Amino acid sequence: MMNYIWGAMVVFSFIAAVFSGNMQTLSDSIVTSGQDAINLILKLTGMMCLWGGIMKIAEKSELTLVISKMLSPLFSVLYRNVDRKSKTAEAMSMNITANLLGLGNAATPLGLEAMRRMQEANPDKTKATDDMIVFVVMNSAAMRLIPTTVATLRTQFGSASPMEIMPATWVSTILSLAAGVLTAKIISRMMKKEISVVRFGRKRGAVR
Amino acid sequence: MKILGSVVLPLVITAIVLFGLAKGVKIFDCFLEGAKEGLVTVKNILPSVVGLVVAVGMLKASGGLDIIVKLLSPLSGITGIPEEIMPLAVLNPISGGGALSMYELILKEHGPDSYLGRVSSVMMGATETTFYAIAIYFGSVGIKKSRHTVFAGLVADFTSFVASAWTVRLFFGS
Repeated sequence: MMNYIWGAMVVFSFIAAVFSGNMQTLSDSIVTSGQDAINLILKLTGMMCLWGGIMKIAEKSELTLVISKMLSPLFSVLYRNVDRKSKTAEAMSMNITANLLGLGNAATPLGLEAMRRMQEANPDKTKATDDMIVFVVMNSAAMRLIPTTVATLRTQFGSASPMEIMPATWVSTILSLAAGVLTAKIISRMMKKEISVVRFGRKRGAVR
Repeated sequence: MKILGSVVLPLVITAIVLFGLAKGVKIFDCFLEGAKEGLVTVKNILPSVVGLVVAVGMLKASGGLDIIVKLLSPLSGITGIPEEIMPLAVLNPISGGGALSMYELILKEHGPDSYLGRVSSVMMGATETTFYAIAIYFGSVGIKKSRHTVFAGLVADFTSFVASAWTVRLFFGS
């Protein structure tokens, strides 16, 4: 998809420049924006290294494991067919914890591990289960405790208080997460005939 | 709000270091290892950021971005998302690099402490690249039918965009 979007951005820019007579500005921008990209990356590099380092300490000292244990009751509400004590549930809550702490590097492998385990129990290997959908939506909704990238860029552009947006960010993320998960759940419920079949937690009855 | 903002980062870092010390972890060695991984991430995102900063720069310079903003402005009226931020909202679920370069553009033009700067900051902090997450998670296990994942993911994104504008008004006034 990015192929078309990127292509459209370039071609549309050229056409717009032809009609608006901005060809010289366009040309100048092409020459300078490669360097702009490097500058943008340089602005973020220090923070990304620092945060990666700090969070590696959290990971190695098993702080992430502690947080993930605290989150696990929440999971039994969200994923009815995943047993709380299973390896799947562990990988899932570690993944969400890693996301929460802004540990993108660690979050993805954990998330893939959870997907692999859910897929093992999936009878139709080409079709997503209800639990998978909720899990992927949770991942795409990005709950992050500290928005480091945003704070870094805000500082670079001279913000008087780069972190002040944090509470607003939390509220927005929680609302977005709730809306996404609810939508996924409601649609799954409406397609009741299609039964989710990750049957780790048989105690609830696998067929709803 | 300011005090909370200034205390969170030092507090979190100190707490993590203390926890590591208490657990007897070699904290500086860990730090170096993690920092190196951070550098690898930077290296991995660099090519796509270059491509998208150039494309966004071209849109801006050619006047194409103004046309897109105008086209999207009716949507902005309905949702309460400022029209200058609509392009960011559109790119956000599709491309992380695109969103980042659009965000930088907004900060550069309007400043981080303006209404637009704040709304775009909240938006950037509250969302992830939805299509990317769906592609890698389902792709890794060979799932072809993602059913209503895209729809639910986009509902989440849309909610966070509307909520960004709304929470900034709530916390800061506009």
